[in-house]
Amino acid sequence: MSESDSIFRHARYVVAENPVTGMAFGLFILIALCALIGPYIVPYDPLASDTTATLHAPSWHHWFGTDQLGRDIFSRVIAATRLDFVIAITSVVLVFAMGGLAGISAGFFLGWTDRIVGRISDTIMAFPLFVLAMGIVAALGNTVTNIVIATAIINFPLYVRVARAEANVRREAGFVQAARLSGNGEFRILLAHILPNIMPIMMVQISLTMGYAILNAAGLSFIGLGVRPPTPEWGIMVAEGAANIISGEWWIALFPGAALMLAVFTFNLLGDGLRDLVDPQRRT
Amino acid sequence: MAKKTRTAAKIDRSAASTLPLLDIRDLTVEFATRRGAVRAVQHVSLSVAKGETLAIVGESGSGKSVTSYAVMRILDRAGRIAQGSVMFSGLDLRGVPESEMRDLRGREMSMIFQSPRLALNPIRKVGRQIEDVLLQHSQVDSDAVGERAIETLEQVRIARPRERYHAYPFELSGGMCQRVVIALALACRPQLLIADEPTTGLDVTTQKAVMDLVVELTRERGMSTILITHDLGLAAAYCDRVVVMEKGLIVETASSATIFKRPSHQYTRKLMRATPRPGVSLRDLLPEGETARPKAAAKTPARKTKAGGTPLLVVEKLVKEYPRQGGARSLFKIFGPKPPKELETFRAVDGISFSIAHGESVGLVGESGCGKSTTSMMVMRLIDKSSGLIMFDGEDIGEIPARKFATLPFRKRIQMVFQDPTDSLNPRFTAVRAIADPLLQLGGISRREVRTRCEELATQVGLPLNLLDRFPHQLSGGQKARVGIARAIALKPDLVILDEPTAALDVSVQAVVLNLLQDLKDSLGMSYLFVSHDLNVVRLLCDRVIVMQTGQIVEQGPTKRVMDEPQADYTRDLLSAIPHPPL
Repeated sequence: MSESDSIFRHARYVVAENPVTGMAFGLFILIALCALIGPYIVPYDPLASDTTATLHAPSWHHWFGTDQLGRDIFSRVIAATRLDFVIAITSVVLVFAMGGLAGISAGFFLGWTDRIVGRISDTIMAFPLFVLAMGIVAALGNTVTNIVIATAIINFPLYVRVARAEANVRREAGFVQAARLSGNGEFRILLAHILPNIMPIMMVQISLTMGYAILNAAGLSFIGLGVRPPTPEWGIMVAEGAANIISGEWWIALFPGAALMLAVFTFNLLGDGLRDLVDPQRRT
Repeated sequence: MAKKTRTAAKIDRSAASTLPLLDIRDLTVEFATRRGAVRAVQHVSLSVAKGETLAIVGESGSGKSVTSYAVMRILDRAGRIAQGSVMFSGLDLRGVPESEMRDLRGREMSMIFQSPRLALNPIRKVGRQIEDVLLQHSQVDSDAVGERAIETLEQVRIARPRERYHAYPFELSGGMCQRVVIALALACRPQLLIADEPTTGLDVTTQKAVMDLVVELTRERGMSTILITHDLGLAAAYCDRVVVMEKGLIVETASSATIFKRPSHQYTRKLMRATPRPGVSLRDLLPEGETARPKAAAKTPARKTKAGGTPLLVVEKLVKEYPRQGGARSLFKIFGPKPPKELETFRAVDGISFSIAHGESVGLVGESGCGKSTTSMMVMRLIDKSSGLIMFDGEDIGEIPARKFATLPFRKRIQMVFQDPTDSLNPRFTAVRAIADPLLQLGGISRREVRTRCEELATQVGLPLNLLDRFPHQLSGGQKARVGIARAIALKPDLVILDEPTAALDVSVQAVVLNLLQDLKDSLGMSYLFVSHDLNVVRLLCDRVIVMQTGQIVEQGPTKRVMDEPQADYTRDLLSAIPHPPL
């Protein structure tokens, strides 16, 4: 009857109870596998061009066809998973740490902390977010790190608002008062008592922004910022393929676009399942 | 009992006069859960005659509310009526389509819910909400509806109804809100009123006013009423007949006069014993046979009254002021002339003085808003005072800011048991972690010893050890209360503030918890400051009582003297508002 055992049983229950959650978890595992071992199992080198086989339609040899340089699109779509996945996860972790902490501090301490954090997020929200991300990457330089930072910054206000609201309703709760009586300092109360309680709602937020972060990274690459060719990345691939759609080579843009859609879709569905998983109220 | 014929009424109100208004036969309600179907109500049969007032009494989980939801057909999605029939004026409610049911609810039968604030739409004027009901059931023309709404408010004794018509629920007190809810329920003159714990969370004097109003209005109109309550005293004082339910079954049905004189079922007797009332001791509340618990009092208290006559806690001229809400930052205030200083603040606690001796338990009594919670929070050092003196064991702790107090050694010596056991436990902490929290922060014992100490404490408060690894939502109300008590006594404090520790508990659980508190006090030699609005409970546990009203102490003295010969008018009002069952 160990703790991990009961968590596993609970996970199985959550997945079994809601087939959509089950499907989302399945897709997530697939994407994670592609990110981990994808580059080693793909049939062709994603970077190798083959001038004898340019712009081939999908066939038995090239499942998703080839592009104008004769590179295998299937291999490139699979290999791109890792980069997009890493960008999404690191930016979400970063924004969760920054926005989540700033938000709960603002909601718990109120006063000046609240005013400063609130005005910072207001300032960020005053810009069109994608344009702000473009500006940040253009100013800081065209690297993956800067894409991650830009994505984290534009999501900052979303995390602040959710965390602030959730921390604020709990700041006068009985268990917070009880924690004070038990000799917990204010920071300990914040981190050990309030933070775990707002994790379920933050999980949903994390999952939703994961999808958004992937879209944002792909969007930046699409307009030529961030990841540079020939690195396989969904956004660049869609951009490269877009020019060929008119002449009838639809597969170059379609398959990376579909992969992008599937990933975003998965993360959006995953949110509810994750919340059920981390919420102790759902454990019986 | 003049019956009015109404053209729109689908139910013939005259033909069925010989039949009971509501006749429930063999009702079984099932809920689908993770572990299969659970029967919340089993084979319940009861009937309500025209003009009769029936009480359904039971503790939480007895199925009393579910029965009434089944009548109104407002069970949540997991619940369904598995068996039985519900006849209302000769109409089987199980077969009525939902659209007609919607029409019946509010017009023929209506309900008053437990929390008046939750039952009202917070962003709609109360007058408008009454109009909504009237218009929904096409009771009046839309041009006359405003007048009717005001008339309805007047009937529930709301002073200045024309002004209150424009009030939002948050501008009204709890008692006022409940009156509005009653007005809503009675607006269409229904034949049946179901009141589900209508006075829980209201003060005793407000409870009396609300119940008097309900009974008077329903009698006037010849309506039938079902009162759902956990309070036998309330049920017997206001109802003709009482139905007692336990675990989904009806165990006894009798007239309220006989049920107190000759309760026939064992459960009814247990419930009656557990109800605090004048002339009984704490031990009398426990069921027969359990009274002979090991006398912890026999042991010599761990800490005897030391230092002679110096009291443990002395509070002198304590004041807490809050800035008045609203206005303070409006443009008018900024640019206009400054109002006099005293108008800007509101005194929640207005210069009170009292003391608590070592090993003494003192009751702090008053209605909501009288400042008793603010006082306890100041003594607890969770909020700062405005002025005055708080001396604890000879040291002025009032001077230490509340923010710093949490990590000082003094913290160990003043602890608290909170009002709502659910709210005061971190939902993400298991019971053992909740109890261990003060030990780890202030107890100065190693992590290895903590578990042993927690188990000792659990045994002391009577919490089974196998429950220690559960989360709060997996514990019952009584078990959660025990966890809260174990946490409060973990550091062996000198003073424990009990903030209505049993308000959220059933009477039988309350009886056990009160006895537990008494035993713990006897064996550990603690002092209690017992904050409550329930004089009957205070009578059982406290040596002395302080009665507060609007931030000031109106009376204080030995419990027996204050209860039997109250000096202040306010104390007399409080005492007379307690429902007295016909004995």
